[in-house]
Amino acid sequence: MTCCAPSPAFAEALAGGPNRGPSDNEVRLASRVLGDGLRQSEFSVPAIHCGACIRTIETALDALPGVVSSRVNLSSRRVTVRWRDDGVVAPPLVRRLVELGYEPNLFSLEATGRDAQLAALVRALAVAAFCSMNIMMLSGSVWSGANGGTREMLHWICAGLTLPALLYSGRVFYQSAWSAMRSGHTNMDVPITIGIALAFALSLYDTIFAGDQVYYDAVASLIFFLLIGRTLDHAMRERARTAVSGLARLSPAGALVLDEGGERAYLPLADIEPGRLISVAAGDRIPLDGVVIAGQSALDRSMLTGESLPEPVAHGQFAPAGALNLFGDLTMRTTADVQGSTLHRLVKLLDDAESGRTRYRLIADRAAAWYSPVVHLAAVLAFLGWMLVGSNLHDATTVAIAVLIITCPCALGLAVPMVQVVAARRLFDAGILVKDGSALERMAEVDTVVFDKTGTMTTGLSAPAVLSGSAEDLAMAASLAGLSRHPYSGSIARAFATDRPVAWTEIFEHAGLGIEARLDAQVYRLGRPGWSGPLDADGRTVFSRDGKVLAAFAFEDQLRPGAHDVARSLKVDCRVEMLSGDHPAIVGELSRKLGIASKGGLMPADKLARIAALQAEGRRVLMVGDGLNDTAAMARAHVSMAPASAADISRNRADFVFLRNDLSAVLHAMMIAREARDLVRQNLGLAVAYNAIALPVAIAGLVNPFIAAIAMSASSIIVVLNALRLGWHPFRTHRLVPMREALA
Amino acid sequence: MTDFFFLIPVSILLGLVGLVVFLWTLRDGQYDDLEGASERILYDSDRPRRDDTV
Repeated sequence: MTCCAPSPAFAEALAGGPNRGPSDNEVRLASRVLGDGLRQSEFSVPAIHCGACIRTIETALDALPGVVSSRVNLSSRRVTVRWRDDGVVAPPLVRRLVELGYEPNLFSLEATGRDAQLAALVRALAVAAFCSMNIMMLSGSVWSGANGGTREMLHWICAGLTLPALLYSGRVFYQSAWSAMRSGHTNMDVPITIGIALAFALSLYDTIFAGDQVYYDAVASLIFFLLIGRTLDHAMRERARTAVSGLARLSPAGALVLDEGGERAYLPLADIEPGRLISVAAGDRIPLDGVVIAGQSALDRSMLTGESLPEPVAHGQFAPAGALNLFGDLTMRTTADVQGSTLHRLVKLLDDAESGRTRYRLIADRAAAWYSPVVHLAAVLAFLGWMLVGSNLHDATTVAIAVLIITCPCALGLAVPMVQVVAARRLFDAGILVKDGSALERMAEVDTVVFDKTGTMTTGLSAPAVLSGSAEDLAMAASLAGLSRHPYSGSIARAFATDRPVAWTEIFEHAGLGIEARLDAQVYRLGRPGWSGPLDADGRTVFSRDGKVLAAFAFEDQLRPGAHDVARSLKVDCRVEMLSGDHPAIVGELSRKLGIASKGGLMPADKLARIAALQAEGRRVLMVGDGLNDTAAMARAHVSMAPASAADISRNRADFVFLRNDLSAVLHAMMIAREARDLVRQNLGLAVAYNAIALPVAIAGLVNPFIAAIAMSASSIIVVLNALRLGWHPFRTHRLVPMREALA
Repeated sequence: MTDFFFLIPVSILLGLVGLVVFLWTLRDGQYDDLEGASERILYDSDRPRRDDTV
């Protein structure tokens, strides 16, 4: 099926580009032991999207030796594999998935397993639904005029049916209210708990003494509606937890340690002390800071510093943890343990940055802060007022409870989570994951957008431009380039690939210079001018035969698709900047092309300082970045966003992660966040308007159980319907429409 | 009228059966992958897969 072809971003991974998946050893370390020699691994595979994908993946994985079973979950885009561990080699799960065209991300140990809390909430919800529906049915007969013994009997049945909802389903609110009260403040759950308890007590009293003020239906449906809001809220956070923070580390979980006798063992990083010898294969990330003892290679530090060009390393040189080893196997002596390594220091910087961020208060919390005192006061005043005008204790209490019930924040409790769940769903469809509701609220406030360059504005790969050379020579160059792991070679190999094989012999890669091979007793070289051809040859990379230039290439950063549109659209109502650790000249040229302000040559701390300076001006900053060098700035920014190809730490800390290659996700996320904010405001307005009408009626003592039940349900349903409107614009030809087509 | 009161416990009992069945399907993990289930029906082969017994 065509829909299951590998995406272009994925060809990069096959070519050993920035998206290389975890190694088989890491798969073993991150797997869960099931007993009987069985292990279970989970992968997040964002590219799964149809039934054919399920079949392709499951059939292929099942066929691998050692695999016991595999199961694709289409809703969460995950693959669970159980395999038999014979202690020698793990089945090549990752390689097989990559060959099929799906990029897997490894789930770490702690992220796997089902969420017990969500299941408990759904169970409580089911019980509340059962109780409230049955009570509604019986209440119908009471309202339609049952009286005498019949009514009493129906009341008693209702009382019995309310108990499971009250005792089992309502616990969520009691626990939360209790912990709030104990720490000396109040939240939305306090009036809920008091309202439920008093309403049940009054109903029971009236049932026993054959009165007619019976609110069982209100109690049960209150718990039901409020639990819906609570469950949606939780499900939203849960999805973010499994989808975003579960994405495993791109930094290795362990390293191959060599001891003096030449024995090799793959150990977790925490167990490796400074001064040990480790071996790093070509294509792996450096696990710990160290000094190279043997081997020659080049390091891609783009994740750490934002520099797009690899640097050669050899004996005696320092290699920081997190850098990607491009060409040759290296043997290193570690100089730091995990805690002291470059990677970990960046994480420290990140924690400091995060503590500097002003804490954001959710709209719902802000609403609750004034809501509960107002409601309590109104109930108390109603009680006192009716006592003063000479009514008896029972009637005054009835009115006070009617006030509590009718103002109970059903609609308020649904107003915010319902919108956020719908918004998260729309974002998910557009390939964007959002971490929590607060991120959506903060995104809507953004007035400044700061981009990183390497890996964010650009794909992190470079596009070759041909300066000279015939088609024949270009094909030869591509064939030679295919043998090298250098990013420039990779882009040449992809751009001019042909099917014609060339019989190269004596292939040798010179770190920092280029690649050399022989054909028909002639020496071909592809590499920097001065080595591959004359020093004054045009271009950054030259292809030569016996020193004579055949083709020359220049390179430019390949912009992410949609970069121009995003820069143009954002400039309308936001300030847009680009901060990069790359050379100021390269950054400046790109920013001129995009028409936005920029700064180059920045260290991670400089980026952080720039964000802090913008915030000191009172700006709300959205930071879009992918590297470890951006992570501190992202943590400090008001809200942050990262591509799925980002370093795992950035991805875990980012509020939004976009899975597709297209940068217009930034625009899309902002639009949906703003629309969600408007809907939340409307919903809160509706809830307040409902209260403004209902409260005087309740205080006047005109509310009976029937009106209370109708009013409460109606307000909740209106709020839910309003939330579902998100993304639905029948009367508007909005710029969202062409965007959605572009994303589809 | 009172002759039909036996219908009330019957209806509640039926509701309870529904509740218990729902709780069982929840526990059984039948809601874990709703999208997947609707796609799988198009591709399922007659031979049961190995993990279906797990």
